[in-house]
Amino acid sequence: MAMLGFVVVASWWLEFAFDTRVLRDPKRVLKTLAIVVPFFVLWDAYAIAQGHWFFDPAQTLGIYGPLNIPLEEYLFFIIIPIAAMLTLEGVRNFLPTVQKWIARIRKLVRS
Amino acid sequence: MPYFLLAQAAIVIVVLAEIFVLKTGLLSDIRFWLAYGIVVFFQLLTNGYLTFNEIVTYNPDTIGGTRVAFAPVEDLFFGFALVSLTMFVWSKVKPSKGNS
Repeated sequence: MAMLGFVVVASWWLEFAFDTRVLRDPKRVLKTLAIVVPFFVLWDAYAIAQGHWFFDPAQTLGIYGPLNIPLEEYLFFIIIPIAAMLTLEGVRNFLPTVQKWIARIRKLVRS
Repeated sequence: MPYFLLAQAAIVIVVLAEIFVLKTGLLSDIRFWLAYGIVVFFQLLTNGYLTFNEIVTYNPDTIGGTRVAFAPVEDLFFGFALVSLTMFVWSKVKPSKGNS
């Protein structure tokens, strides 16, 4: 849970700092999640059923959703994709600014 | 099907889906790779924390055995599949009215 909290704090500020318009467009977020997440939830369910990976009961909440998947995993599959959208939009919006800075530094170096 | 095979298959499937179905062009866009680079840095931090503290453990029979920052390298493949597919689909889905 602490790790998920960290990801929320580390990524959601991008919405406000770089005007990413991700959190302000919940419809687009939900559409994307609806297309992407089922594949990975099924993968998780299969991996848990096959014993590919295990979650320490002492270090998780112990709440399980459908397909025997811990609550933290379901939250993971919402929080991580949103962090990915925020990062992509953050880079899209911030890169022109960085390029301006680089151009300015180059000018200064030349003069 | 062991984790290492699933992880490799997932990357191939996602890349093929982008090239033949989604066609966002992100694979040749520097901004995609910059964004993925930022995400993978944080994945190494957070997943390293989860695996170092054994909050998540792995059956040794299903992974190749190569580890990066405590976590199986397969997790990086899983992460690339999840993160890149999300970015491709997100770019494909049009912004709702008022958010373009």
